[in-house]
Amino acid sequence: MSKPTIELRATPHIHAPHDVVKIMRNVVFASLPMAAWSIWSYGLSALLLMLAVVASCLLTERLFNRHNNTLGDWSTSITGILLFLTLPPGFPAWMGMLAGFIAIGMGKVMFGGLGMNVFNPALIGRAFVQAAFPVAITTWIPAFFEGRFTRLIPSTLTPPFTIPPETAAWSQQVAVDAFTGATPLAVQKFDHVAAPALHLLTGTTAGSLGEGSALIILACGLYLALRRILDWRIPLAVMAGTWPSAELFHWIDPGVYPDGLFMLLSGGLMPGAWFMATDMVGSPVTPRGVVIYGLLIGIVTVVIRLFGGLTEGVMYAILLGNAATPPDR
Amino acid sequence: MTRKTDTQITWKTFSEGLWANNPVFVMLLGMCPTLAVTNSAINALAMGLATTFVLLASGLLVSLLARYIPKQVRIATYIVIIATFVTMIDYIIQAISLDLYNALGAFIQLIVVNCIILGRAEAYASKHRPAKAVLNALGMGAGFTLALLCLGLVREILGSGSVFGVDLFGPAFQPWVIMTLPPGGFLVLGAWLLLFDWFRLRRQQKETVTGGQSDVA
Repeated sequence: MSKPTIELRATPHIHAPHDVVKIMRNVVFASLPMAAWSIWSYGLSALLLMLAVVASCLLTERLFNRHNNTLGDWSTSITGILLFLTLPPGFPAWMGMLAGFIAIGMGKVMFGGLGMNVFNPALIGRAFVQAAFPVAITTWIPAFFEGRFTRLIPSTLTPPFTIPPETAAWSQQVAVDAFTGATPLAVQKFDHVAAPALHLLTGTTAGSLGEGSALIILACGLYLALRRILDWRIPLAVMAGTWPSAELFHWIDPGVYPDGLFMLLSGGLMPGAWFMATDMVGSPVTPRGVVIYGLLIGIVTVVIRLFGGLTEGVMYAILLGNAATPPDR
Repeated sequence: MTRKTDTQITWKTFSEGLWANNPVFVMLLGMCPTLAVTNSAINALAMGLATTFVLLASGLLVSLLARYIPKQVRIATYIVIIATFVTMIDYIIQAISLDLYNALGAFIQLIVVNCIILGRAEAYASKHRPAKAVLNALGMGAGFTLALLCLGLVREILGSGSVFGVDLFGPAFQPWVIMTLPPGGFLVLGAWLLLFDWFRLRRQQKETVTGGQSDVA
């Protein structure tokens, strides 16, 4: 794009340092370390799933926007990568592609495209496959399993529209010592054993592809916050909603409810707070609105995790937060 | 009650409910059963036929009695007439198949408050002769049944991999659980509405493009 030498238009004449393409490109860069970590932890299957999901998102965007090229603004790629990061490692590629189609088609295009979506598109895609394939989306694979760069998880290449094969026995066979396929949140919920914070920070626990290492997520999020691409108040407010409410329940019954630090570091809270809740379209713009939005997400997450039927609630909490945000801007 | 003088029965009397004023896809009436019981094709068909029966019978009776019903209590009277036939179909379905009756649950009784039936009684049957009222009710019922089948077939194929309970894809098929749950109803209804709107827009565009020529011809 060439800039005109003299700008002839009404005030204000101040240039914003960011534009959509630049912001989106930076978010893609910031999410790549997380994607790289997930590929390091889960090998070829993760790489294949990422390619499938991103390709499906790009194709869907192209299908619905045939007349103007909207692929160049990176926003579709970022939806694809974020969606990939929310999926379990052994998720069949065809289900991932369906999630990508729903994310872009129903989460974004249907509302009018970039900047018009009420909800975070990636989470719409995930919510759909969560409701459609409840078994596949809660099938976890132990991280750093043997031979992850030479062979695929058996469920990755499931033929379209068929049930993915059982992977429990396979996981046990290939798992490296002490690495289990159960997520820390599930272990906590059903056995009341909280994983040590160090494991959560370094990402040796099982979970969705993007939930691995809290340290890496934190670093990527801080990069975006420092570049002023995400509003630092949102992740802080989410954590400020999560930590005290978790501590409150922990104080009531430490045997059943985990402490606040575990709540912050486990599951999808970190990627959710830094990358999903900060979606520029679905989050509020006023400082006070941002705080309320973040606190709401944090508290709802804790409530779903502790009292809901599911072990993880960040996705629904963020979607609820999106729904509570006035769209007229 | 003023009766319209036109007594001509045309194809449109019947076909109005099928396409131009389809109760589900155009008028968006009767959403409650449309979303609730279309999780399988057989449920959709049963609900559609039951509603058609009530539409037909109540349309006939309302049309016959319209001149004797005082204007002030007409809605209450229509409801009594409709409720009578709903009770009948309720027992009939129980007699035919208890499984089906249990699957449809409270939605059989809820036909009483289906907007389509009351709307047709008020807007059409009470103003037209019995023959026209019956034919129109038949069209509306057919349109409603077709719409429900459209939803039920898609939801059953994706949600259970079968059509009318007949397995289509064998045991390897991965059912989309969401399709048999309430969100599936909303999703499929939205998809059908999108499809029909797309067709309508395309036809309108074609008409505006070739509009001048067709006038001449």
